[in-house]
Amino acid sequence: MTFLQGIAASNGIAIAKAYRLVEPNLSFEKHTVEDIPSEINRFKAAIEKSKEELAAIRDRAQVDLGADKAAIFEAHLLVLIDPELIGPIEDKIKSENVNAEAALKETADMFVTMFEQMDNEYMKERAADIRDVTKRVLSHLLGVQLVNPSMIAEEVIIVAEDLTPSDTAQLNRQYVLGFTTDIGGRTSHSAIMARSMEIPAVVGTKTATEEINNGDLVIVDGLKGEVHINPTPELVEEYRKIHEQYEAQKTEWAKLVNEKTVSADDHHVELAANIGTPNDLKGVIENGGDGVGLYRTEFLYMGRDQLPTEEEQFDAYKAVLEGMNGKPVVVRTLDIGGDKELPYLQLPKELNPFLGFRAIRLCLEEQDIFRTQLRALLRASRYGNLKIMFPMIATLDEFREAKAILEDEKQKLIDSGQKISDSIELGIMVEIPSTAILADQFAKEVDFFSIGTNDLIQYTMAADRMNQRVSYLYQPYSPSILRLVKMVIDAAHAEGKWAGMCGEMAGDETAIPLLLGLGLDEFSMSATSILKARSQIKKLSKVEMEKLAKQVLNMQTTAQVIEAVNAATK
Amino acid sequence: MAEKQFKVTADTGIHARPATLLVQTASRFDSEITLEYKGKTVNLKSIMGVMSLGIGQGADITISAEGSDSEDALRSLDELLKKEGLAE
Repeated sequence: MTFLQGIAASNGIAIAKAYRLVEPNLSFEKHTVEDIPSEINRFKAAIEKSKEELAAIRDRAQVDLGADKAAIFEAHLLVLIDPELIGPIEDKIKSENVNAEAALKETADMFVTMFEQMDNEYMKERAADIRDVTKRVLSHLLGVQLVNPSMIAEEVIIVAEDLTPSDTAQLNRQYVLGFTTDIGGRTSHSAIMARSMEIPAVVGTKTATEEINNGDLVIVDGLKGEVHINPTPELVEEYRKIHEQYEAQKTEWAKLVNEKTVSADDHHVELAANIGTPNDLKGVIENGGDGVGLYRTEFLYMGRDQLPTEEEQFDAYKAVLEGMNGKPVVVRTLDIGGDKELPYLQLPKELNPFLGFRAIRLCLEEQDIFRTQLRALLRASRYGNLKIMFPMIATLDEFREAKAILEDEKQKLIDSGQKISDSIELGIMVEIPSTAILADQFAKEVDFFSIGTNDLIQYTMAADRMNQRVSYLYQPYSPSILRLVKMVIDAAHAEGKWAGMCGEMAGDETAIPLLLGLGLDEFSMSATSILKARSQIKKLSKVEMEKLAKQVLNMQTTAQVIEAVNAATK
Repeated sequence: MAEKQFKVTADTGIHARPATLLVQTASRFDSEITLEYKGKTVNLKSIMGVMSLGIGQGADITISAEGSDSEDALRSLDELLKKEGLAE
């Protein structure tokens, strides 16, 4: 029995056999063969097995992912019977007396190079298809098994170095009970995916792929960030109980899906969800979200080679607005730069990317990008309750300039006969201290604030949140941060506006009582945290929490604040 | 030998799904079937050959078939291109 400590990325307990999503060794030696007919037969057999495998994967994909996604496997199947590929390979075996592995690899590489050299992005991607197919045939020649996550047919825990979006897209949610990875943190893609799939996950274990073999019994404890390999029966029993308790609690929370979020003394707040793509809506609805408090549009721009078109964006925004069926959707305009890069924009490297050319600063400079997004948003506005917010606003001038561009695009669209909603609220992210401090002035011009705590804390503490050595300064409960939060909320209310929060802090158990006491109107968090937060707020008294908030604002340290919250909410 | 010229109308050209459909249809026949575009000729039963031409919207292409079932083959390909709105 072995134990690994990682980072708890997604709540819950999973117990199942391990399935390693790790590429097998496909290396081989080139050598001459004597018996050419039997070498050709060996090659043909590998092609046949690959065909069977791909046909099965295609059929599964058709059911799970739809004909669209399955089409790629249709193309792969055609590569397997392509006379221009198969012919030359067989010729090579015959004329050069080489083994099938070498003939396959050398011939396929020629095609890969040819496609890679084309100047069309689409054609370049075809090189990847040929590589994929070659790997599959090679695996059959070598008698090793490729990983086929889409073919998993029993309950498993996925073990991988890291999980990419395409890996996770292939996972069958019915059978994947949880996963654990070597690398990653709470905000890495794999962690975000796990939370939206609502399966337990532990990331950043460093050695999961070294320690865990296929078929090992594994416990993933997504509550504490622990992974147990081949546990004792006693430990399994213990975890089954924890799992049951957790599931029972979830069932309790699930009863709150259609309820409003009200405190014990009848104060109402909104609980919204943070999303990255239209696919996340299902989770928002299942968890009873009152709206979308933060739609991170960056994902539309990431993992591709060029900017998304206005139509692509329009389709995504429309899908989200329609999916929420009239409930509010706060869309944040492009927040790129800092830790989020777009290689195809070819922005120069900066010494201090978090303090550099990012988010609204970039959008005001590269107006083509910004205007395209705003047009897509405006056109989608009539399909739901759209609110737009600008990220990283530091001065009123920036807000006014961004708003003027929005108004300009809006007028142009109206002039061209487009229908645009006339009730789009316009707000800003408050994540720079200068804006929090001047919130009373901003409140006269914006419709709402949304406090982005991850950045607000890093800028207030002057501590890079990617730097491990100063991570102790990430102190959301620090009285200094709480005072800034209070300034923003009070400023909004003084002008009859609303204030929300969309950082990690809004869904945090310790922060929620304080935020309720400070008068926050909207809490936006991971969809999976909503029901737990609703259950917590139902037990809290707003009046009592106001007293608590008042008290902690005059405290000196974070530790004192945490202690006071614990004492008041026990 | 049977031969026919087409003008590609699909806005994505002969990529992805259209290419798959063409190759699948061509592969059902015994005849040798080729596709010519901009002076380059490829085997229409080869997905990689077809893709390598990078045929876009508005392209003029020629399909030729030679063999016992060449007339049938060309008729099927013609029907496919028109039915799917790929070329005319």
